[in-house]
Amino acid sequence: MAGNLAAVLGTGQTKHVAKREDVSIAGLVREAADRALEDAGLTYADIDAVVIGKAPDMFEGVMMPELYLAEALGAIGKPLIRVHTAGSVGGSTAIVATHLVQAGVHERVLTVAFEKQSESNAMWALSIKIPFSQPLVAGAGGYFAPIIRGYIRKADAPLDTGFQVVLKDRLNALKNPYAHLHQPDISMEQIVSSPLLWDPIRYAETCPSSDGAAAMVIGSEQAADASSRPVAWIHGTAVRSEPTMGAGRDRVNPHAGRDCAKAVYAAAGITDPFREIDCAEIYVPFSWFEPMWLENLGFAEEGTGWKLVQDGVTALDGDLPINMSGGVLSSNPIGASGMLRFLEVANQVRGTAGEHQVDGARKALGHAYGGGSQFFAMWVVGKDKP
Amino acid sequence: MRDVAVVSFAQSATRRDQTRNEVEILMPVLREAMAPTGLTTHDMGFTCSGSSDYLAGQAFAFVSALDAVGPWPPIQESHVEMDGAWALYEAWVRLQHGDIDTALVYAFGKSSPGDVGRVLALQLDPYVVGPLWPDAVSIAALQARAFLEAGHDEKDLARVVARSRRNAAGNPHAQLSGEVDEATLLDEPLYADPLRMHDCPPISDGAAVVVLAAGDRARELCERPAWIRGIDHRIDVQALGSRDLATSASTKLAGQKAGVGRVDLAEIHAPFSHQELIVAEALGLNESTTSINPSGGALASNPVMVAGLVRIGEAARRLSAGEGERAVAHATSGPALQQNLVCVLEAS
Repeated sequence: MAGNLAAVLGTGQTKHVAKREDVSIAGLVREAADRALEDAGLTYADIDAVVIGKAPDMFEGVMMPELYLAEALGAIGKPLIRVHTAGSVGGSTAIVATHLVQAGVHERVLTVAFEKQSESNAMWALSIKIPFSQPLVAGAGGYFAPIIRGYIRKADAPLDTGFQVVLKDRLNALKNPYAHLHQPDISMEQIVSSPLLWDPIRYAETCPSSDGAAAMVIGSEQAADASSRPVAWIHGTAVRSEPTMGAGRDRVNPHAGRDCAKAVYAAAGITDPFREIDCAEIYVPFSWFEPMWLENLGFAEEGTGWKLVQDGVTALDGDLPINMSGGVLSSNPIGASGMLRFLEVANQVRGTAGEHQVDGARKALGHAYGGGSQFFAMWVVGKDKP
Repeated sequence: MRDVAVVSFAQSATRRDQTRNEVEILMPVLREAMAPTGLTTHDMGFTCSGSSDYLAGQAFAFVSALDAVGPWPPIQESHVEMDGAWALYEAWVRLQHGDIDTALVYAFGKSSPGDVGRVLALQLDPYVVGPLWPDAVSIAALQARAFLEAGHDEKDLARVVARSRRNAAGNPHAQLSGEVDEATLLDEPLYADPLRMHDCPPISDGAAVVVLAAGDRARELCERPAWIRGIDHRIDVQALGSRDLATSASTKLAGQKAGVGRVDLAEIHAPFSHQELIVAEALGLNESTTSINPSGGALASNPVMVAGLVRIGEAARRLSAGEGERAVAHATSGPALQQNLVCVLEAS
């Protein structure tokens, strides 16, 4: 990516829970934004523009809620942009904010993403039947289960791979105070015996429905150099989209995901992602997407992603830790889930990830996807200035 | 900033379209916009669209439109849940990076299937205002009352409507047009006091497409490109009791940042007659030297989520056709002109 340098100056998130009944939507986003500004050592007066993202408006029942949220986000008299790119939106939103800084339009941009799922019902909001359109069939799980079956068949993957991913992520979540699911008693037996929802996806292998928000302050090189706090330099960003339907689409290993990964590595000067990336947060709403994305992202050859899981390579103490925070499987405020991936890796290279910090993380990948595995947003952040 | 220009623009006829869905309305417009450039959508460095799920009554309404645009092999693409004018802004920012030279911007929306006035009430604070269901016309009427009480006359509103209809007669895409007498307009009954039916926009379905290009690429693609000389957008507080409804602070600020100055023509996104006067004042426009809404504006056709992008397209198209050298286009969003974008264009 051409343009000026940009860096993450501060991050903030809420404790993700099933129902935040103590705050309004405005209160929820304000909480994350306040924390990001405090972390950056800045105030709302230092912010030039606000970029906000969330998944479909029907998830809360508010049309273009950024209009009502402008005041809570300190955006009055400033530019405010609302991004919506399906599940990848949290990542895309951070990238739009980054672009504003890289283009030289602004010095410091506040970017926020959220979902308050308890205000409505996401599964049925996704299942509205429109005449002459393909129905999603009872939410996202109904759409993705056949794709997972396709992966298992093509890769000849052991059937317990998905269980291993969940166990790892839920144990990681115990080290993350903001994670929604804290299950100290989680066990393989408990996962295996949970109800089968959409073959082969068991209940324990699905993400929760969460209320939560994430926020970051993105600043210019000058703003980052002036900061007394640790910053995460943005080494590269990339987005790619492909159609939902179309002959030749590989839903298991989507073309757009492979292109997006290549583009973000090229931007960050990375030639061997497995060796050069120290850790990654990738968007895994159903357990099997970890091995699938490991292949799509070029960390493993096609058909071998499951081996990294089985060998413990993606564990917190493995060679390539994945979803140190517990990932989407432990917290899923949908619109914010992509931004949380971006935010968590920023914290890793800043050295501020807390108990789930990967020792010595210098370069990390944040990944988000959305729609029918068709929208991708990624960034690579580093401890060092590029 | 890198020089970026509008090199092509197309729009659909706007009407209540009971036979076509959003994609069917968009696709011919897309082809029409691409044709003069000699390019295809696959040649575009970046694609950005604006639309609203709530108008379509469906989550991810933008996805089926993107499918039709044909992002294969995969493309660099983004979407704003805003009027297409803001999609154009995002594309303009993206072009500043210098690694790509062209961008496709489109917007679409169908207001006719639902009750758009009530749908727009869902934009309000969902806890304390939305549950009262104040529809879009009632909120505009509150603003019009504040405007009149600030020292304006309802004759001014009738003058805006008459000019809009007259200008729209020359716009084949417009929905409402023709010669109307101002005195006759004032004889019409009140619809939402102090607004009459003609002070409100028609219900419109439509789509619009803009092709942007940077630097030399723009000159190759268009004989007389409309260069973006300034573009800025600002937002006001939403709460109707917390701002002066008779003026528009965010428009004024965006206009200052964009550097409006002297312009030959202005396309103002004012769905209600009094709003045109508020915006014109905020932008410092004078009707004796500036042609205001030569297309007829949003009073003549108002495809929600599209009408702001159409203002930029109309202003650019007229400059490229030699109707002037400098223009300002304005887009608005939210209740009572809450959020406003100002784009200054030049061609020579």
